[in-house]
Amino acid sequence: MPGAAADYIVEIEGLGFSRGARPILDDLSFGIRRGEVTAIMGPSGTGKTTLLRLITGQLEPERGVIRVDGRIVNELSRRELYELRRGIGMLFQQGALLTDYDVFENVAFPLREHTNLPDRMIRQVVLTKLHAVGLRGAARMMPSELSGGMARRVALARAIVMDPKLLIYDEPFAGLDPIALGVVLRLIRNMNDALGITSIVVSHDVAQTAAVADRSFILADGKVVASGTPEQLRTHDSGFVQQFMHGLADGPVPFHYPASDYSEHLLSRRES
Amino acid sequence: MRESIQKLGAVTIFFGQILAALPRAALSRPRLVVAQIHNAGTVSLILIMICGFFVGMVLGLQGYDSLSRFSAEDSLGTLSALSLFKELGPVVTALLFAGRAGTAMTSEIGLMRATDQLSAMEMMAVDPIERVVLPRFLGGVIAMPLLVAIFNAVGITGTYAIGVSVMGVDSGVFWSQLLTTVDLSDVAEGIFKSVVFGIAASLLAVFEGYTCTPTAEGVGAATTRTVVSTAVSILVLDYLITAALI
Repeated sequence: MPGAAADYIVEIEGLGFSRGARPILDDLSFGIRRGEVTAIMGPSGTGKTTLLRLITGQLEPERGVIRVDGRIVNELSRRELYELRRGIGMLFQQGALLTDYDVFENVAFPLREHTNLPDRMIRQVVLTKLHAVGLRGAARMMPSELSGGMARRVALARAIVMDPKLLIYDEPFAGLDPIALGVVLRLIRNMNDALGITSIVVSHDVAQTAAVADRSFILADGKVVASGTPEQLRTHDSGFVQQFMHGLADGPVPFHYPASDYSEHLLSRRES
Repeated sequence: MRESIQKLGAVTIFFGQILAALPRAALSRPRLVVAQIHNAGTVSLILIMICGFFVGMVLGLQGYDSLSRFSAEDSLGTLSALSLFKELGPVVTALLFAGRAGTAMTSEIGLMRATDQLSAMEMMAVDPIERVVLPRFLGGVIAMPLLVAIFNAVGITGTYAIGVSVMGVDSGVFWSQLLTTVDLSDVAEGIFKSVVFGIAASLLAVFEGYTCTPTAEGVGAATTRTVVSTAVSILVLDYLITAALI
């Protein structure tokens, strides 16, 4: 891994993780530089979300080391892990807003849990964050009244309310209309630059992710198969990377899931 | 069999986690606990009262029919009170609680799991056991003896309505027999059972919700398991407590 360790907010070395007998990540090593927007891309089922859960200590690796801000995540006690997480904001796929609370209380939630700030101060901080995502006017709406894009923007306001060093986005573009998608893209970039934080975006949307990321890693078969700037990846000589970046239906990743001979299958009497 | 033992182990570990969080959460989150006592109590209250009244009326009819064979109709109040305080009150209330408040707890926590709300809390460095599970558990444990007391009071009223107003048992005899025969130990037995059943019903409800498969089907299956496992646990515990106290 090039560069000094201090340049990296996340360092992963020899990471291995499986679900049952199925290996998900295998001897994975890479680092995420401070201050950048880093994309982790790859086809569905390659373990991108699993990797995020490992980075944030929600899962324990079978092998290897994950360092976040210099601390080995898998060796931290529960209290130390919670301490580390206070410096990490995470945006879940569907926002994961607390459905019993309105927008304002969702964003205020981490402040109420972790600080003794007076209500007036909490109000100011929450309104500032909601204004940053353009939803100050929706402060009293309930999560059930929000569109998918609005829910994700509220979740983003909640993720930045404690001023984290690291902001993690899990599939932030999934299911968004073009306008909402544009808003979220702009927010990811602006938040990263304005707050001076580091962002990790996990996605399989190549075009959107390439538009916002400084650097990307492509995962396949539990390993990093390519990394670089979006431009470098587009001109990468690997057949798999070309197939992934250009969205080709067939290539090294076959269109058909492995199966027995087609004609034999059709003629056989067995159900499956 | 092996699965049952594994589940018993998992429930015990989960109970340990709840107890470990108890000192912190009970002090720092009393409002959440009060809100959950209100939730668990009010959702079951009307059901408990209606069922209590009908159980009391059935006791009145059956009790009068049985006692009149020995010319002991005057003991109807005693029969009703002992049946309700020692057995029917705690057991039937716990079963109704499991079907109403217990399933609500399971599905609420299960849906929070399915929609990543619990993971989001974990990521915000907020312990879901302390914030979500424990207040609901405590709310159920505290609400249960109160619901049992209401069930018993309404049940005795039901017996009174049938025994005195319909069957013609003397009102004064009904109450005086009840007051002289029923001991404090009988009431204490019922209170003890209601606390134990409250712990069992609430623990199983939050456990099933917290550990459910995070899908719509998983939440549905967990809700069913709450009713089934609570019913079996309550009846087994009832036998064990009764055998120990008699």
